[in-house]
Amino acid sequence: MSITLNALLKSPWVFHLSTGSCNNCDIEVLDCLTPRFDIERFGMLLAGSIKHADVLLVTGSCNRKSARRLKELYDQAPKPCVVVAIGECSLSRGLFIHSYNCPVPLDHIIPVNVYIPGCPPKPEAIIAGAVKLIQKVKGS
Amino acid sequence: MARSVIPIGPWHPLQEEPEFFSLTVDGETVVDIDVSIGYNHRGIEKLSERKSFDQSSFVIERICGICSTSHPFAYTRAVEDIIPVEVPDRAKYIRTIVAELERIHSHLLWFGLAGHFLGYNTVYHWVWKLREEILDVCEILTGNRNNYAIFKPGGVRRDFKPDDFPLVLKKIDGIIPTLNRLKKAVLDDPVLHARLKGIGILTKEEAIDYCALGPTSRASGVARDVRKDAPYGAYDRIDWDMIVTENGDVFDKVVVRVLEVYESIKIIKACIRDLPGGEIDLNIKDIPPGEGIGAHEAPRGETFHYVRSDGTNRPARHKVRAPTFMNLPTYKATVIGETISDATIILAAIDPCYCCTERMAVRDVKGKKMYGGQDLVRLSQEKTAKIKREMGIP
Amino acid sequence: MMTREEVLKDLKVRFKEDIVDLFDKSPKRVYVEIRPEAIVKVGTYIFKDLQARFNVASGVDARTHMEILYHFSLEYINLLISVRVKLDRKAPAIDSLATVFKGANWIEREMNELLGIKFRGHPDMRRLLLADEWPEGVYPLRADYREWDVNAVRDRGV
Repeated sequence: MSITLNALLKSPWVFHLSTGSCNNCDIEVLDCLTPRFDIERFGMLLAGSIKHADVLLVTGSCNRKSARRLKELYDQAPKPCVVVAIGECSLSRGLFIHSYNCPVPLDHIIPVNVYIPGCPPKPEAIIAGAVKLIQKVKGS
Repeated sequence: MARSVIPIGPWHPLQEEPEFFSLTVDGETVVDIDVSIGYNHRGIEKLSERKSFDQSSFVIERICGICSTSHPFAYTRAVEDIIPVEVPDRAKYIRTIVAELERIHSHLLWFGLAGHFLGYNTVYHWVWKLREEILDVCEILTGNRNNYAIFKPGGVRRDFKPDDFPLVLKKIDGIIPTLNRLKKAVLDDPVLHARLKGIGILTKEEAIDYCALGPTSRASGVARDVRKDAPYGAYDRIDWDMIVTENGDVFDKVVVRVLEVYESIKIIKACIRDLPGGEIDLNIKDIPPGEGIGAHEAPRGETFHYVRSDGTNRPARHKVRAPTFMNLPTYKATVIGETISDATIILAAIDPCYCCTERMAVRDVKGKKMYGGQDLVRLSQEKTAKIKREMGIP
Repeated sequence: MMTREEVLKDLKVRFKEDIVDLFDKSPKRVYVEIRPEAIVKVGTYIFKDLQARFNVASGVDARTHMEILYHFSLEYINLLISVRVKLDRKAPAIDSLATVFKGANWIEREMNELLGIKFRGHPDMRRLLLADEWPEGVYPLRADYREWDVNAVRDRGV
C-alpha cells in the first residue's frame, strides 16, 4: 500500500467535500489554488469526481443530512485514499459539539489520516499539513 | 435557521445524489424546480441559548465564513436594542470599516465565481488574487483574515492603530487600477451583454412579493438598503450612494455588485479620514429583560437578528435570519422558462452562500435524471463560447 | 405617506377588537399583540396597504405558551412593527400567511418542524431543514427537547 500511495502522492488529485461547514475552511482551500499560494505547482489538482481522487479533503461538522452522503462517497473512492480533516469542525465538531444536528465527529464515520486544526486554518497551515503528509508517506 | 450557501461549482462536488435543486425540463426549457436545503443546518439558535451574550458572538461569527461580520454586527445591535443604548462613535466607525471591507471581499469572491461559471477562468484567478490584498488589510487591522472577533455587545473588542492606516490606504488604492480594468472588461464586453442581458429576470412585483433583499432586489428597481432606510454605524455621516437598476436580469445584478465595491472603498476611506477618538466599549455588564432587534446590510441583503432576554446572562431566544433565506425562493420565479445552460448563472446571480450549484440535478418531465451539477457548469461555459463564435470574437 | 403617529393611530382604530396590547418601545420599534384569529387580516393590511416589508417571523417557546412574532419593516418612516400572537402550547395552530405573500412560505415550514406549530392553509408543508430520519413529534427548539439519538457522542449533554 505504501508504494502505491508514494507513487500517487507525487501528484495527488484532491477531492474537496464539505459536510456542513460555515465555508471559511472551504474558501481557504480554494485560496490555496489561487495565484498567491498556488499548490498546482506541486502537482495538486482538484478532481472532478470522487472516483479520480487520491486525497479526500473534508471540512464541516457532519450534520445528519451530509453524514449519510459522506459515507456513501467514501465507499466509492478508490483505495488507497488519504483522508485529510481540515478545520476544527471536522476534528471534533468544534463549536458545534452540543448541536442537536451534529451527532458524531468525523472520525467516527470514516478513518482520518491527517488533522489540520484551525478555525479556519490559514492556507500556509493547509500547505504545511499536506507537506507533512507527503513526508510521512515517503518516510514509511 | 441561519445558514449560508455559496455556489462553488466543480470545486467541491458532492455528486452522489444531488437533491438540492431538482430542475424538471421539457427539451431545453426549465418547467419546474424543487429546492431542498438543510445540508448546513447546525442548530445555532439552540446553541445560542446555552452561551452567554458575550460568548454568543463567537458562535454567531461562524454561521457563515464570507459574512463573518454581518451576523455579529446584527447580533450586537440586537442586544444593544434590548436596553436600548448607543455605542461610542469610535466603535461605530470601526464597525463600519470592518463591515465594508467584508463587502468588498465578498463581492470580489462572487465576481470570480461568476467568471468561472461563464467560462472566464482568467477573471476568476485575477479577482481572487486581488481579494488577497483585501484579506491582508483585514489581517493588519483586526488580526485575522476572516473570523475577526471584533464585535461585542457594547462596542468593539480591539482598537485600530493609526500607524497601520498608511499601509491600509496604500493597499486599498493599489487595487483600484485592476478593479477599473476589470470593470471596463466586464461591463463593456459585448459577449457578456449578449450572454447575460434579459435572462433570469425578477420583476419588481415578484421582488416585493418574495420579500427579496440586497442586490437581488436593488437590481429589480426596489430601492431597499438598511444602511439608508434605518441608518446605523457611520453610514449616515458619510456621503455615499445606493446603487439601484431597473431591469432585474443577471446583467443588472452584476452591475449593482461591481458599483457597490466602489462605494465601499469610498466609505472606508472616509471612515479612516474621519475616525473620531474616544472610548471603544461601553462595558455593558447586565442585560435587562426585554426584546431587541438588530439588522445589518450584509453583502447579500439584510441580516436580521431577534434576541429575547429574561434578565439572566444568556439569551432566552435568539432568532437568526440570513438574507439568502428570503432570496433563495426567488430562484423559482427567475429560472422557470429559461434554458438549462443558464441555470447556474441565474442561481449564482442571487449569490447564495454555500455550494448549492453543484447540488443541482436536471430531470426530464418523465423523471429520468439527465445532468448533474458539473454538467450544468460545462453547458453554461459552452453557451458563452458559442456566443463568442457567433459574434466573430476569437 | 402617513407619519409614524398616523400609522399607529390608524392601526389602533382599525383593529380595535383584535389588538390586545400595543407597546411603543422607541421611535423605531413597536410591539403589537393581537388575537391569533386576526393574523391574516392584520398581516394583509400591514403588507399590502401600509406597504411594509416582511422581515421574518420568530417562534418562541415561552414555557407557558407559544409565541410567534411577525416582524414588518416600514422603511419610509424607519419603523419596525412586530406583531405578536400567543398560542396554546399543547396544540399551537394559526392560519398561514403564505397565501398572502410568498415571503412567509419557508419560515412557516421552519417553525412547523422546529417548534411544532401548525399553519392552517399552507400550500406546501414539508420538512425544510431537518433530515428525513429525524423522528416525528420531536421539536428541537422547544425547551423540553432532550437528545433522542443513542449513537450521538455527547459528553456534556445537549
